[in-house]
Amino acid sequence: MLILIPLLPFIAFLINILFGRRFIRDRAHYVSIPAVVGSFILSVGAFMDVLDGRVINVNLYEWVISGSFVVPVGFLIDQLTAIMLIVVTSISSLIFIYSVGYMHGDRGYYRFFAYLSLFVFSMLVLVMSNNFLLLYFGWEAVGLCSYLLIGFWYERPSASNAGKKAFIVNRFGDFGFGLGIILIFLTFGSLEYLKVFSEAGSILGQKTSIFGLEVETITLICLLLFCGAVGKSAQIPLHVWLPDAMEGPTPVSALIHAATMVTAGVFMVARCNPLFNLSHTAMTTVAVVGGVTAIFAASIGLVQNDIKRIIAYSTVSQLGYMFLALGVGAYTAGIFHLYTHAYFKALLFLGSGSVIHALHDEMNIQRMGGLKRYMPITYWTFVIASLSISGIPGLAGFFSKDEILYRTFLGGGTGKILWVLGTIAALMTAFYSFRLIYLAFHGDFRGSEEQLRHVHESPPVMTIPLILLAIGAIAAGWVGIPSIFMEHGDRIGEFLAPVLGRPEAEGAHSTEVMVMTLSVIVSIIGILMAYIMYVKKTDLPERMGSALRPIYTMLYNKYWFDEFYHVTIVRPVLRASEKVFLGFFDGRIIEGVVNGVPDLIGSFSQRFRRIQTGLLSSYGLIMVLGAIIIIWAVIFSR
Amino acid sequence: MNNALMNQLGYPVLTVTVFLPLFGAILLLFIRGKEAIRWITLLVTTLTLLVAFPLLSNFNKDTHLMQFVERHEWLPSWGINYFVGIDGISILFIFLTILLSILSVLVSWRAIDTKVREFHIAMLLMETAMLGVFVSLDFFLFYVFWEAMLIPMFILIGVWGGKDRVYAAIKFFLYTLAGSVLMLVGIVVLYFKGGETLNILELSRIRYPFLLQCWLFLAFFVAFAVKVPMFPVHTWLPDAHTEAPTAGSVILAGVLIKMGAYGFLRFSIPMFPDATRFFAPVIVVLSVVAIIYGALVCFAQKDMKRLIAYSSVSHMGFVTLGIFSLNSQGLEGGILQMLNHGIVTGALFLLVGIIYERTHSRMIADYGRFATLVPWYAGIFMIFTLASIGLPGTNGFIGEFLIILGAFTSHREFGVLAAIGIILGAGYMLWLYQRVFFTHQSTVVRDNHEILDLNKREAITLLPLILFVFWIGIHPNTFLDYMHTSVEHLIRQVNITDTPGTFAEYINLIGGYR
Repeated sequence: MLILIPLLPFIAFLINILFGRRFIRDRAHYVSIPAVVGSFILSVGAFMDVLDGRVINVNLYEWVISGSFVVPVGFLIDQLTAIMLIVVTSISSLIFIYSVGYMHGDRGYYRFFAYLSLFVFSMLVLVMSNNFLLLYFGWEAVGLCSYLLIGFWYERPSASNAGKKAFIVNRFGDFGFGLGIILIFLTFGSLEYLKVFSEAGSILGQKTSIFGLEVETITLICLLLFCGAVGKSAQIPLHVWLPDAMEGPTPVSALIHAATMVTAGVFMVARCNPLFNLSHTAMTTVAVVGGVTAIFAASIGLVQNDIKRIIAYSTVSQLGYMFLALGVGAYTAGIFHLYTHAYFKALLFLGSGSVIHALHDEMNIQRMGGLKRYMPITYWTFVIASLSISGIPGLAGFFSKDEILYRTFLGGGTGKILWVLGTIAALMTAFYSFRLIYLAFHGDFRGSEEQLRHVHESPPVMTIPLILLAIGAIAAGWVGIPSIFMEHGDRIGEFLAPVLGRPEAEGAHSTEVMVMTLSVIVSIIGILMAYIMYVKKTDLPERMGSALRPIYTMLYNKYWFDEFYHVTIVRPVLRASEKVFLGFFDGRIIEGVVNGVPDLIGSFSQRFRRIQTGLLSSYGLIMVLGAIIIIWAVIFSR
Repeated sequence: MNNALMNQLGYPVLTVTVFLPLFGAILLLFIRGKEAIRWITLLVTTLTLLVAFPLLSNFNKDTHLMQFVERHEWLPSWGINYFVGIDGISILFIFLTILLSILSVLVSWRAIDTKVREFHIAMLLMETAMLGVFVSLDFFLFYVFWEAMLIPMFILIGVWGGKDRVYAAIKFFLYTLAGSVLMLVGIVVLYFKGGETLNILELSRIRYPFLLQCWLFLAFFVAFAVKVPMFPVHTWLPDAHTEAPTAGSVILAGVLIKMGAYGFLRFSIPMFPDATRFFAPVIVVLSVVAIIYGALVCFAQKDMKRLIAYSSVSHMGFVTLGIFSLNSQGLEGGILQMLNHGIVTGALFLLVGIIYERTHSRMIADYGRFATLVPWYAGIFMIFTLASIGLPGTNGFIGEFLIILGAFTSHREFGVLAAIGIILGAGYMLWLYQRVFFTHQSTVVRDNHEILDLNKREAITLLPLILFVFWIGIHPNTFLDYMHTSVEHLIRQVNITDTPGTFAEYINLIGGYR
């Protein structure tokens, strides 16, 4: 039965891709939606199965056998996987339904649903795998799907570039990830989770030497695995693909940011917690990368004007929070945030899709405004999502984000610094979220007359998913209420404890209240600042922009990461390829020798040819001379 | 003969398989009409597959010994025998050769319209020679087949090739011939040192003095390295691949360049184990250079066929890297990757050939937005692109992963460097795909409004290859099973050591010989 969870979307993919163009066409959703909803129902069943602490581990068949290297295709369903299954399938179902409206009339409608289904399949394999190699399969397969979907409108050069970029940047991360898997095999002799994790403790102190360095094996393994997570979950320095991924249709963005793909890295690190727990260095790295990314991405989000890009940077930042949590050992908090984030982030994207749809592909918030009147459902659900992400008490985001900040605060010296970063990022989050709302939905409309005439609320097939997600954005956090409010309120923490363990340090209640109060205050300040700048004193942003020109330019240009990579990686590779390797090495040196030898022989024979004059007298002369030399040699050599 | 099992089938199955195409070639001399010639060639190649099938079903996977053996005296005064047989390493290549031969006939159906009879005769002769190389257990026989491959391929390139076909054909011929000559010297030396026999199995059982091993290893190495081709003797390959007709490129990439790697497996490693271990680090370095160098050069290519040709240099670098890791993952990954490369690169050449028939251009810049025009073609091209960059679920992944695992085990740093090739591979292949199928509409598209999608014949040609891409990707054990015993035996052979192991000790040893 459980095998059907990933298999249903895969079958939907096959049907749509093979028969879509000729036969199914705009009926593709009749294939894909039942499949993914079916997966959802089965996932709920799986969730029920593991509710009492059971773990399901089945091997289907041996995938690869080579010498001592034996890897099965098998599935592991424990509490962590169950949560991921629910998140992935529930969000995907809503996004699929929404897409019926959003993609209506697109020439590649069938293709779109085919790829979406493949995406869900890949992600389900990723979370259900019971070994690292199958995890890697899902890992690369979601990369492929993101490539296909980001570049869905392949006629646009920007879209096909973005798709390619996503794939290749991810490959950089996978480079480390793959090596990490190899090192795990060489260290433990197996790739199956349960075996590796149960023996993890035994390799403490073991060293590996590579490129002349002596490194602790466990640290090396964790850091290599984390490389993969940095790529897939778009953390510094491999975050550059995610904002460009906005070139894909909006439901794809929602899917990538909420349910599939970017959460994979967080899931993987949480899954490998028995390994990460053993390496202090790796944990600190995870926490620092997460904390820095959280504030870094949020700062870029402050000044962007593309509605989807703002939300994209918000995702990068929120993922940073999740890694921050994982890095301080609060795995449950990280997964909890992954789960609440899925709802409000999907909602934000689908809401922005609704806006873009209404305005005929307008994405610049400077050319929006006053949409509140025309699209009330979109507006209100958007507000709920923004309040939730800002961490306003009672909403989903509040509980998970607070848990993270609290756990970080408890995490010693580094923890305190990271907590400051996280809190500033929270301020920025509230600010950019509401900057977006005020610019897009309040004030007067700043777009064209033509656009204004056509502005409309989206059809129910799109708004109903919005409403359902809004409910999630409000209520999803209620499974993790801190104990200061309710005894045994942290149900998700209890549920996940068998897999992820419990946080070690418990602080005083007063500390928790202090951290919480501070973050709420900070969020409210952020919202107020946005209100003042974009509703009250609308000339203020302009003035601030020119006063802080260098900072503004730096943020607007995203710290010039893309330009940096272009100069240091892309251009050198292309130049070296053309000039050094092909032109000089292959062309001059090797081909020089290859063509040179025959030429040399040719020129030699040209010279020697002259000897053959055809004149009998000269041949005779040479013969006589030769005979004299031989005779002379014979006589005198004695 | 104690290294060989008897023939478990009662009849000379290998002889029939090998010489059936030759028989077909003779038959073609008496056939008139292009269509008839095509059908008969197709029939003969398909029949070869049917004849060879009992090899699969009767193959004994539990022994490393040679199977389906036939042995007859040929030139007894010289110790030369007609001696054939296969083991777990060669069996898969027999089928790769047969399959690609069938597909080559199919893809040439319309592309070849001049000198049709001669073309098909050359193809069939080629098939016999290639199969002969894989089954020979006598050096003389082996060398005859090895050299016999050169001539039909030389003709295929030189007659039915592209613009610079003559240059490419001569370059190919001289390059490989130069390599083979040294091998011939090596064989003669072996004959005298090994008790005046040319029996490959006998010769493999003798332990030669270390220094002799080294010289012989190098003599054979040159021949095989040119064939693979390894860096820096790879420059014949882009010219030959690019100028060859589609069928020629498929055979060249699919089978011919596997001969070098096969030579390492069949001769270099078992006969010169000490030299193998001595030289392995050098070859590993050359392999990694080939992987990265080949991949980097791809970025500068403007011609699709040339790009795929250079990518072969990179992929074959993985093969030699795996083989000279000298452990089971590396060797099995290397052998599997040889198959994979035959399937995937073969398919990519088929695909380029198919589109060339319609547009008469191989220049990447002439293409663009072809996904709209020929969606099925684009989809299938995508599958092979993904297989080429080693996406899990396709055959490329299994091979590359095992190779890197093997390399990492024995030469850690080089395993890491080789993995860079995977990033680069994704780069050049996806960039190629983007330029051909996405973004701007090209001049060729605008000028040719009616470019047709795949027809039935072309789809049938590609289908088996697609099947293998996923079969090997999802259930590689079907194929790995055949190799296990033979590969284990090979590892045992190379690791039986009575000479010191470390590099420094080797140096002392050489000093001692002097």
